[in-house]
Amino acid sequence: MTLDMTNMVLLMALLAAGVWTVMTSDLLRSAIGLAVTSVILTLLLFQLGGPMAAVFELSVCAGLITVVFISTISLTKPKTVEVRQAYKLRRLTRFAFLPLILILVGYYVSTSHVRLDQKVLPLPASVDVRYALWALRRLDLVGQILIILAGIFGVVVLFKTKNDGEEEKK
Amino acid sequence: MATLLILLPLAAVVLLNLPMHKALNKAAFWFGVLLCLFQAILVTQAPAYVWNSCPYYVSRLVKFFPMVDSLTLVMLLSISIVGFVALLTARYSIRDNERLFNFSNLVILAFGGMNGIVLANDLFSLYVFLEVTAVTSFILIAFHGDRDALEGTFKYIVLSAAATAMILAAIALLFIVTGSVSFRSLQAVLTASSSNPLVMTAIILLAAGLFIKSGLVPFHGWLPDAYTAAPAATSVLLAGIVTKTTGVYTLIRLVTDVFAVSPTLNTLLLIVGMVSILVGALAALGQSDFKRMLAYSSISQVGYIILGLGAGTALGVAGAVFHLFNHSVFKSLLFVNAAAVEQQSGARNMDKLGGISDKMPITGATSVIAFLSTAGIPPLAGFWSKLIIIIAVWQAGHSHYAALAILASLITLAYFLSMQRRVFFGKLAPGLDLLKEACPWIIVSACVLALITIGIGVCIPWIFGTFLLPIRSIL
Repeated sequence: MTLDMTNMVLLMALLAAGVWTVMTSDLLRSAIGLAVTSVILTLLLFQLGGPMAAVFELSVCAGLITVVFISTISLTKPKTVEVRQAYKLRRLTRFAFLPLILILVGYYVSTSHVRLDQKVLPLPASVDVRYALWALRRLDLVGQILIILAGIFGVVVLFKTKNDGEEEKK
Repeated sequence: MATLLILLPLAAVVLLNLPMHKALNKAAFWFGVLLCLFQAILVTQAPAYVWNSCPYYVSRLVKFFPMVDSLTLVMLLSISIVGFVALLTARYSIRDNERLFNFSNLVILAFGGMNGIVLANDLFSLYVFLEVTAVTSFILIAFHGDRDALEGTFKYIVLSAAATAMILAAIALLFIVTGSVSFRSLQAVLTASSSNPLVMTAIILLAAGLFIKSGLVPFHGWLPDAYTAAPAATSVLLAGIVTKTTGVYTLIRLVTDVFAVSPTLNTLLLIVGMVSILVGALAALGQSDFKRMLAYSSISQVGYIILGLGAGTALGVAGAVFHLFNHSVFKSLLFVNAAAVEQQSGARNMDKLGGISDKMPITGATSVIAFLSTAGIPPLAGFWSKLIIIIAVWQAGHSHYAALAILASLITLAYFLSMQRRVFFGKLAPGLDLLKEACPWIIVSACVLALITIGIGVCIPWIFGTFLLPIRSIL
């Protein structure tokens, strides 16, 4: 199989996994679908010559984020059979517009002569991910620390509220 | 020095959450207040060289040289004023110390995120700090955890995620074309290749993403629910500054500093601005919920800002930024008053209120000042900023837009008069005999905001020279 063919297969698999993640009715399956999508994206990033990006994708998105999602889902109650049945019937209608968007985007890309391979941006050998993160984008790391802190407060605030509510009910 | 405005909120939250944080429970609120005051004093008092200097240890920690201009300073001042008022409102409306501690920490984090947006000088940093502000906003809206709050948060998350995807895709496209994300490099390349289909796609995606963040029509679906369901202090923060920083400011910064001003983009801005003004005003007319009416009013007023930007002239941009600042102040004041009314009377439905001006005289009086300013009645601040926008739009040759904007101002006056009559004037509604004025925390907030609104209106000749002319120079 040629390199282009492999990339094409991986892209199709990525699309299929992404669609399944969004359309599945079960939250747990959705989280697993997201992990599968991340793993396929990791393979694509390796194929395209971005090993550091691939490692980040695999460790953070496929690993850490999935663990956080599954831990959170384990704290929720499963839906009843009736609710699940009603939801199954309803859920497909909300994606009815997706093929239309796909057709419109495809039409636009094919008619507007958009070329996505306009510029290849090879990084100098000295600029690796460590340098990019610690020297060039350190301010963004500050931003990411702020996001993580906000996430921690989110868990504290919302789960504490939930526990308080449950204690009051008891 | 500007870098400190991002690092200080981070340091404050880390310090406040050290293991002995129980002792610091009440300190979080005061830390937040001090940060706001420090920022306001720095913006109004510090000479230009202070902004460009950086203490040695800070520059060792983060190598970042923000571009500080008049627009940046206006936004930093707005953030400090609204942050201060939101914290005072939280102190009034959140009684539990631990919850106030968490809320104050989240406001400080949002503070850091908004400062980051305003100080960012490249698209990727801008995106990172947009996300910081968005994540803290989600949690602040869902803070009470009730069904309405979670529903409002969910709508905001879904639309915000769509906006984020659009903005990120646009950044990727611009990076493909230009090989850079810095504002300066982008401006040079985009001016030369504005007809490139990839650039046009990127600009459309960025504009659509920022329209969602600004809550402009037709992307406004999340805004009324989020503003209405959020806790009182969050509503003040969201309506006062969050949507303005994440959406409106970013749009102004990109249109003036990055994209080449083009007739097509100006027409798009004029149309979206005008539709938002009219739809927001007409929708506000039909509301009976106090906060929901204010939410639709916000959509309408943000429309004026976008209309000024769409004029495509220096005067239009100056008017847009002036109205952005004024709207931050008088909309915060209206939401502070809504918080006082809701907390004291237990009702938000205007049909269940009435005649409370006698019982809550300061809230009633400051509400009159805020609504007259929103409707553009002289000599209050809102009148001058709307006047500048309308003159700019007229001078740019869009007289029909200017005429419609004036007519919409009459609709604004109509729904605010209706609100004032239903809530504050007339006979006292049954069951409100024991109603009392709100506590000093909220009175101080309302009075500070009302004084700013009056002060700007009365001192317009001074404001024109020190505030508006420097803003015009950003073009």
